[in-house]
Amino acid sequence: MEFLAFLARRLAWSLLVLVGLSVVIFVIARVVPGDPARMALGPRASAEQVTELQEKLGLNLPLYQQYGLFIGGLARGELGQSLLTERSVNEDIRTTFPATLELVLTTVFIAFLFGVPLGVAAARWKDSWPDNLVRAFAIVAAVMPTFFIALLLQVLAGYVLQILPTTGRLPTGTDFEANITGLLIVDGLLKGQFNIVFEAMRHLLLPALALSLATMGQMARITRASMIDVSRQDYMEAARAFGVPDRIRLFKYQLRPAFVPPLTIMGLEFASLIGGAFVVELIFSWPGMAAYGIRAITQKDLNAIMGVVMVSGVFFVLVNLLIDVLVGLVDPRIRIRGRRA
Amino acid sequence: MTALLSVQGLSVSFSTYGRTAEVLKGVSLDVPQGAQVALVGESGSGKSVTMKAIMGLLPQPPARIHAGKIMFDGRDLLTLPERERVALRGTAMSMVFQDPMSSLNPVWTIEDQLTTILKYADRRLGRDRDRRGRRARVIEVLSQVRMRDPERVAQSFPIMLSGGMRQRVLIAMALLSEPRLLIADEPGTALDVTTQAQILKLLRDLVEAQGLALLMITHNLGVVRETSNYVYVMNKGEIVEEGPTAGLFAEPRQQYTRDLIAAVPRLTGRVAL
Repeated sequence: MEFLAFLARRLAWSLLVLVGLSVVIFVIARVVPGDPARMALGPRASAEQVTELQEKLGLNLPLYQQYGLFIGGLARGELGQSLLTERSVNEDIRTTFPATLELVLTTVFIAFLFGVPLGVAAARWKDSWPDNLVRAFAIVAAVMPTFFIALLLQVLAGYVLQILPTTGRLPTGTDFEANITGLLIVDGLLKGQFNIVFEAMRHLLLPALALSLATMGQMARITRASMIDVSRQDYMEAARAFGVPDRIRLFKYQLRPAFVPPLTIMGLEFASLIGGAFVVELIFSWPGMAAYGIRAITQKDLNAIMGVVMVSGVFFVLVNLLIDVLVGLVDPRIRIRGRRA
Repeated sequence: MTALLSVQGLSVSFSTYGRTAEVLKGVSLDVPQGAQVALVGESGSGKSVTMKAIMGLLPQPPARIHAGKIMFDGRDLLTLPERERVALRGTAMSMVFQDPMSSLNPVWTIEDQLTTILKYADRRLGRDRDRRGRRARVIEVLSQVRMRDPERVAQSFPIMLSGGMRQRVLIAMALLSEPRLLIADEPGTALDVTTQAQILKLLRDLVEAQGLALLMITHNLGVVRETSNYVYVMNKGEIVEEGPTAGLFAEPRQQYTRDLIAAVPRLTGRVAL
């Protein structure tokens, strides 16, 4: 019951955040110079054609009316027509979002799976070679641009060693419809087609690895700092004074209280990952929403921009809601304080 | 009679950034079986270092023990193999931590923390006790420290307990494996005086009832008087005076001890308004 109240409160806040987001992005998209109708029709279109399209899109209406139209559509779950693809934005997002979702989730999984243990190792052997190695890795991972890592991996694993595919989500010509969740690994498992699962993983590996390195370094750095912080607490010395073995102290007494900062930062990382996914999607010909969104921005495809931003916003809010719940599970102090508040 | 714990000529130095400081200069003290001994001194006098050296908790480096012996039950802890040293820690000799607010792990319940300690203490001692047995022992010890509702306390996270209750949990923690020597590091300093008095009384009762040897480490002469029958006064890494508590308060021989006693606030004399 308490938990449901907490969820309801958080959801109400999230809704407010999303409304704010919709206003901001709506204004920005319209303030940026360039006429969407002219850009869609090209330089050869006549003035009449442009005016006609403007009227069709409602661009001649005052801003607040345009916003009203947009919100009305949103309430009906209708994001309008894309100028670029000439399909409904709903349809475009339905086909592109699962690809980005699968990529980002795999990225986060890889970043966490390696980043946290690296941070733990660095803290455990602070100031000796494992620590130095992890710190060097974190810096390199942070400063290397994603496109560079992506190209490097593509060249190495794809062309030189030829062990992994470098484009798309599945081999071309594969007959498989991901019509349950849109995630190939999940749908493959659900339909019992394990060759699809295997192929999807092979295709995911390079792009997800390229996208995950920066986040992995970040996770390692934060886990390390948090572990060191906890190691100086009195309760760590107490555990030693009572003869609790090293391994138990490290994982049970130290890692769990130290786990909250990496978890929280992970939630925030999702935002930059969706943005960063664009580069990776472009390089690996990944049919995702990030690349779709960037194309929409360069073409001033207003409905598509708004659709992509709103979907990303909802996703981000939900992820952080989930992370808040996880943080409460990891650290009872947060749970108990929340109850009192 | 030989002492249960006998520190003989212990010298410790700390080296940081190329500089070396002599922190303990030949400290000797005895804690006989069942005796209540206090080690008193101001901050920085070296009493915590002495305690950590006895418990084997000094970080080496920067600390270095370059002379002395720490005899416990006839064995020198400083030459004991690490395994045997660890085996004693938290079992034959254990410690009551000072700060109830920071000495308990915030993310595990009291029961979880106490049973974990007990599990590994049992393992070191070769004792066979199952999960239910450990839980029963935890509840038993929590009632020994006069918790009104030990079952509920066991289920609690530290943040749900008051400072006094947490301090009692720390005492319970020290008693879990039936130690012979209890080292108490200014317990209750972080609490208000009333609660501290209760904690000290509890500690004294427990020590007397179970026949434990107590080494009380404190800067507070009131605590010394309450909890000990023999006292060592420490200043700048040396024991400057020792003697039975009552005698030392009546006739301090050293100027330093007289200063310490004079520093205790008194409720006598006139107050200018």
